[in-house]
Amino acid sequence: MQTPVLKAAQIIKYFHDPVSVKVLDGISFEIGRGEFISVIGKSGCGKSTLLYILSTMDTDYEGDLWIDGALMRNKKEAELARVRNEKIGFVFQFHYLLNEFSVLRNVMLPGLKLDAISEKEIEHRAYEKLKILGIEKEALKKPNQLSGGQKQRVAIARALINDPIIIMADEPTGNLDKKNSEMVFEIFKELSTTYLQSLLVVTHDNEFARRTQRIIEMEDGKILRM
Amino acid sequence: MNLKLIARISFALLMARWRQTLVAAVGVTFSITMFVALLGFMSGLNDLLDGLILNRTAHIRLYKEIKPSLKQPIDGSDEYGDYHNFVYSVKPKDEKLELHNAAGIMHALRQDPQVLGVAAKITARVFYNVGMLDINGVIDGVDVAQENRLFQFKDYVTAGNYLDLQNTPNSIILGIGVGEKMLVQLGDVIQVTSSKGEQVPLKVVGFFQSGLRDVDNVQSYCSLGTTQRLLGESAAYITDIQVKLRDVTLAPNLAGEYAKRFEVDAIDIQTANAQFETGSFIRTLISYSVGITLLIVAGFGIYNILNMMIYEKMDSIAILKATGFSGKDVNAIFIMIASTIGVVGGVVGLALGLGVSAIIDQIPFNTASLPAITTYPINYNPKIYLIGLTFSIVTTYLAGYFPSRKASKVDPVIIIRGK
Repeated sequence: MQTPVLKAAQIIKYFHDPVSVKVLDGISFEIGRGEFISVIGKSGCGKSTLLYILSTMDTDYEGDLWIDGALMRNKKEAELARVRNEKIGFVFQFHYLLNEFSVLRNVMLPGLKLDAISEKEIEHRAYEKLKILGIEKEALKKPNQLSGGQKQRVAIARALINDPIIIMADEPTGNLDKKNSEMVFEIFKELSTTYLQSLLVVTHDNEFARRTQRIIEMEDGKILRM
Repeated sequence: MNLKLIARISFALLMARWRQTLVAAVGVTFSITMFVALLGFMSGLNDLLDGLILNRTAHIRLYKEIKPSLKQPIDGSDEYGDYHNFVYSVKPKDEKLELHNAAGIMHALRQDPQVLGVAAKITARVFYNVGMLDINGVIDGVDVAQENRLFQFKDYVTAGNYLDLQNTPNSIILGIGVGEKMLVQLGDVIQVTSSKGEQVPLKVVGFFQSGLRDVDNVQSYCSLGTTQRLLGESAAYITDIQVKLRDVTLAPNLAGEYAKRFEVDAIDIQTANAQFETGSFIRTLISYSVGITLLIVAGFGIYNILNMMIYEKMDSIAILKATGFSGKDVNAIFIMIASTIGVVGGVVGLALGLGVSAIIDQIPFNTASLPAITTYPINYNPKIYLIGLTFSIVTTYLAGYFPSRKASKVDPVIIIRGK
């Protein structure tokens, strides 16, 4: 059997401020290669918290997490940064592009950080990703010259640059209008079917979620169904 | 860690806020400029003031002091030699100030590899006769060539040629103060009375000005031969031997060694002129304090600007961390920003400091007491520039250290969530 891309076992998380609250209560699931999964639930049910734990940015939890078969517990900060760099692509509600750099450079940044291939190749690859997303014409512009939908596509291209094993997205359509949301969904769908990319998307948008392969619904820190 | 990438990100952040960056760099530039100019000026002044005395002073002076003998006859007695003997009312013996075997001592000193040069000197107390009046004075009989080689005698002779002292028999170079009192000019002949009561005519071939008024009012120079004749002594009569060493710091040790070896009194420059070193030290200390204070103020400027930059770029830091930059990378980015400001500001400051020094160096500075000086003194010692650069790098590094650490600790979750 194939190693799951991501495996969570009995993840428990408390918030301590102002009083101790259990926000995640024994979350366990697996994500296989090429799966397109959405996580839904009401506000405050812990879905974003779960995402940040799965993305290794939050390390204050109980339970175990494997990414690509490697246990994340006891890894140092720099090692976790390396895991995020190499294996995970991020798309957030807000695009978080650096206005100091061109669109192309923004996409290249995680690749340059990984430093696995030459800069020329990274640039070539960045162009390819932008082409998949249909915005290669904007490559040399600054992010603040782009529209909201274009920015989000650049952010997706940036998430793809190191060919991660999973893309994690937190409300990727939250800031977008209907048309752009539709477009982002189509892109995700294409990545999943054509490139067998695993995707984990936290969303409020039930319409969006219904069209994904698999839905994980959460309530009060527990998985209601999956 | 990929340095090129870090440098590129640092540079982009710097350029994004280039006005603030410029202000911070100008702060460093200003303080380094002031530091270099101030220290250059101050050490120039120190060198000048020290030179006033120290250049003209022997590193070691061998002489004979009039003092009561430490050995009394009873100490030589077989019977009482080991006792504690109390001898009252001991007086110095009537002895000449002449150094015994001066020629031999000088020959021995010249063989010593640590010795740069040796110059003989005779000190004679005299009266300058002006009409009915006698003015107290001191004539130094000097070996003109050696005196000039070791103590820059030429620089202090303001009128006449110093070599005439050697070439013209019975000649004198008068202290400028003495000359003014006696109303004499070059070529005049004056009368001098020695302590033995003999009156000798001497031809004035020059005037000298040491810069110390009290000295110029009494001191004059003659050649060794003239002074010996003035005192009615033989050609072997020498009262002082001045020694200049290759390394002045050895003077205290060697003075003791020579005193023992030649059985004479010896005083070293450090002991004789301790107050000058203290003065120089205090002046240098003050300049450094002012310079470093300026740098610390500039450091706070950098600290502020980096802090602001970190607040503004919180999002960027968060996304960098989310996409795989470690805390160490982020730390390096901000340290690099701070260091760039420090190095660029520092180097420009050094150049401007050199410029300001050069300008000060051109400002006329004429003072009666310092004949050899026409402009303000400046020291261009590279050490000052090196210290300036080092301090600018160290302060900016320290100013960048805490903001950088803060940036490296930014939790991306909080930032990304907060939106």
